This record gives sequence, C-alpha cells and structure tokens, in this order.
Amino acid sequence: MSSTQIKPSESETIQASESPRGNFWQILVRRLTSIEIIAPLVVGVLFLVSWELFVRWSNTPPYLLPGPLLVIQTLWRDWAILLPALWITFQITIVAFLAAIVSGVVLSILLTLNKWVEYSLFPYAVVLQTTPIVAIAPLIIIWTRQVLPPQSSTFVALVICAWIIAFFPILSNTTLGLNSVDHTLKDVFQLYNASPWQTLLYLRLPSALPYFLGGLRISGGLALIGAVVAEFVAGTGGQRSGIAYQILMASYNLQIARMFAAILLITLLGIGIFWSLTVLSNLLLGHWHESALKREN
Amino acid sequence: MPQAPVFHLHQVSKAYSNGVVALQGLNFTVNRGEFVSLVGASGCGKSTVLRLVANLLNITEGEIEWSDSEPQQKLAFVFQQPALLPWATVFENIRLPLKLAGMSRNKSRTKVQEAIHLVGLTGFESAYPRQLSGGMKMRVSLARALVTDPQLLLMDEPFGALDELTRTKLNHDLLRLAQQQHWTVLFVTHNLYEAVYLSHRVLVMSSHPGQIVAEVPIDVAYPRPEDFRLSRPFHQYCDRVAVELTQATQGQY
Repeated sequence: MSSTQIKPSESETIQASESPRGNFWQILVRRLTSIEIIAPLVVGVLFLVSWELFVRWSNTPPYLLPGPLLVIQTLWRDWAILLPALWITFQITIVAFLAAIVSGVVLSILLTLNKWVEYSLFPYAVVLQTTPIVAIAPLIIIWTRQVLPPQSSTFVALVICAWIIAFFPILSNTTLGLNSVDHTLKDVFQLYNASPWQTLLYLRLPSALPYFLGGLRISGGLALIGAVVAEFVAGTGGQRSGIAYQILMASYNLQIARMFAAILLITLLGIGIFWSLTVLSNLLLGHWHESALKREN
Repeated sequence: MPQAPVFHLHQVSKAYSNGVVALQGLNFTVNRGEFVSLVGASGCGKSTVLRLVANLLNITEGEIEWSDSEPQQKLAFVFQQPALLPWATVFENIRLPLKLAGMSRNKSRTKVQEAIHLVGLTGFESAYPRQLSGGMKMRVSLARALVTDPQLLLMDEPFGALDELTRTKLNHDLLRLAQQQHWTVLFVTHNLYEAVYLSHRVLVMSSHPGQIVAEVPIDVAYPRPEDFRLSRPFHQYCDRVAVELTQATQGQY
C-alpha cells in the first residue's frame, strides 16, 4: 500500500458527545437531589409515617401488626440471631447462583453448537423449570440425606433447590443471545474462514453478553427466592439454619416484629444482589450496548 | 491494459430451494486491475452474483473459473451494512481478518495502521462504532477489507445507505485509491452515476431471472480527471447506461 491519505468530509462528522462532568461531590449532590431519588423517598417516608400512626391510633397489638419503629428496634435487638442466619441464606444463594451461571452458560453453548444436544436436552430443562420447587424440595432433601453426611446434606439440598430455580433464565437468555448473531457478521466470519471456535469466542459469546446479563439479573433474585423457599420446606434448625427458619420460628412464637425484621433483611439482600448485577452489567456493556448508553435529550 | 483474467463466470445459474430462479446463464470476466460494475433494478440478483463469487452461496449450474489456485484467501467483501463488531474499537474491527488468520497483535499492527491511514481514519483507532457516522463506519468496513491486501475486492452497494454528499465524497476517495493501488473490483450498485464514475466497464442486468443484457465500456483512462463527473463524456455514458437499464426493465413495472 502506498501512503495516500484521504480525509473524511464535513458531512461525516463524529456524533459522540461527552457527557457533562463535574467533580465527585457535585455529581453526588446532583444525583441525590434528582427527582428519581426524591420522589420514591417521599412516598416511602409517607407510607412509613402513616403505618406508624395507624398502628398507634387503632391500638393494633404488635402480634398482629407491629409499627415500623418496633420493627427497627427488634432488628437492632435480635441482630445477633438474624445476621448469622442471613449469612447462611446468602451463602446458599451465592453458591446456587454461581452453579446456575456455570451450568447455564455451558449448556447453552452446547445447545447452540449441536442441534442434537438441543433437541434432546432442552425439553427437560423446561420440565425442570415448570415443576414447582416446593413440590420436589422434600425429595431432594431426602435424597441428599441418603448420600451425604448430615452436617453438609441440608446445605447441599438447599443449594440444589435454589440452583434449579435460578438456572433456567440464564440458559434460555444465553441461548437466545447465542442465536441472535447479526447475519452479515456471520458472513464476515465465514468469508475469512473462521473456525467454529473462533466464531464462538469472537462473535457468538460477545453477541450473547447483553442477553446473558439480562438473565443474570433475573436469576440473582430467583436464587435468593429459591433458597428461602427451600429453607421453608426443609424447616431445619440447629447451627446452620438460614433466615427463613428464623421467620418460621418467629411466626410460631407470634414474634411478628422479628418476622418483619427478617423479611426486611431478605428484601435488602435481594435489592443488593440486583443492584450489584446492574452495576456489573453497565460496566461490561457501558461502552457499546444500547441498553447501557446514556443519551442526552 | 493487458487482459489477464482474475475469474470468469461460465453459464452460471442460481435457483433457490423455493424454485425462484435468481440468475440464469451468466457469462462475464473480470480482468486484473479492472473496475467492473453491475447495475440493475433492486432484486435483479446483483448481490447474488457477489455472494456466489465469494462462495457464500452455492452455484446451481455452471462454474466460476479462477486463474488463481486459492481464490478464497485473496478476496475481500464490503457489505451493504458496515457489519462492524459493536464491542470492538475501530482498530480491533480492522484487525479482525488478520486475527482470524492467526496473526499476532504485534505483527498485524503496521498493516492495520496502514489501512486506517489509507481510508483517512487516523486518530479514530480507539473509537467505538456507535461513535461514528454512517460514512465513517463504511470507511472502517473498507479498511477491514483492505487489511488483507486482497487481489479482488467485492463491494455490494457499500454506499447505498449514505446521504448524497457523503456518497460523492466516498466515491471520489474510492476512485483515487483504486487508481493508485490498481485494485480489481467487482462493484454492485443501482446508482448508474456511481457506476459510470468509477468503472472501466458497466454490466447492465435485467431481472426475473437475472441476466446480463448489456455491457457498456467506459473508455476514460485512469487516472480520471478531477472534473470527470462534470464532463460531457460522463453524461453521455450515463445516458447510454440509462437507456440500457430502461430497456432491461421494460414491461416489468
């Protein structure tokens, strides 16, 4: 090639625009005073205040409906019981979630590489998804007790239940993503004699990333729900009992305030999981995918 | 110009599995260093010709005779859409063919930089496709085709989606590069001005089924004068192609 250089014309101007930036504190203050933060905050505070007032004026006994202040007090007082329980549930959730990610991604790659695998396995993945976990949890618990020593069998059984629930959104979303590759890009790869492995690595997997991350956000929440539901069914006590067991015990003892405190903790954990997955998604897609781009109006 | 053929289509026909005959009995040759355009109405099978030559489609009847033994390794394709990887920078997009051929990042750097320089994208190496306008994306697509030093460049209405100003500018740049680099190009377009401006020969196609009905040689030697587009011969050639095109599509609308 010789070195002729040709400049793009004026009509081909670049369209990217940098978003206006201030320093860290300016951005923080602007964020915190934005309508997206203020509006839900006002609604939340109004709701809590009217709840508290209702409980006081109507003299509702705390074993029917405790006020939000009592819930906070209980949370503070029972911290030493609730937090370790939440930690157990969190561990179950994370292990099940990671297992769901690995198995979901590996299986979806196999499904797209080979039609035979897809035809023979996909229906059973659907069966696994549509069978209510509450119905099969007792079976899973019985079987793991047969196979594993008692100190670890409950944990494993709960992980399996949570994994069954969390697995399917990752499988179906990633499969959809792997099959949604731009046709012209496929032609480009064919033209340059790309191997199936190269096509997977450089084309299919990156194309599937936004879909996979969408599935991830659904699965994160489902893994937590799966863990809690399975704990309810298992109803196990002892050293390694999760937050759902605490809810169960509190309801037997009519400690409704503690129940509320435990539910509050689960909700916060769920929000935390969703939020971190959203941050991860924006980090990975920030510079290219439509879903993560900020536009100025 | 010495007439050394790059490839020759011999009685090539293409029928799709639903029975539609896209092309019937095509015969034509593209010579080394020659810029050949295929013009015709939308849906006449112009793009199908390119895809057959690139081996992205299978021929139903006839054959393509190559003078070279490994033609697949030496051709490049510029598609209607820029077809860039949205997650990769301009540099990485252009490097793709070399990466797929197993060339290391360090070895390919010079070649990629040369291609970027040639299409006028210096300074945009680390931009992402979404930051670029349609014309610049097309330049990236062109650079990706050039990076392998192809012996044959296949272009499928590459500027069809661009506005008139950008199209004119890119035509101008393409002509200058083709003249300097002595490229062999098979160019598909429905814009006859573009075809006359760029080509040594314009092949006119009819549709249903696609056949070549006329060949108009544009006897204005490379390098063409800067004001070729405004000259009398240019308009005479355009008129000739327009007449052939009208005859080719007669009774079909």
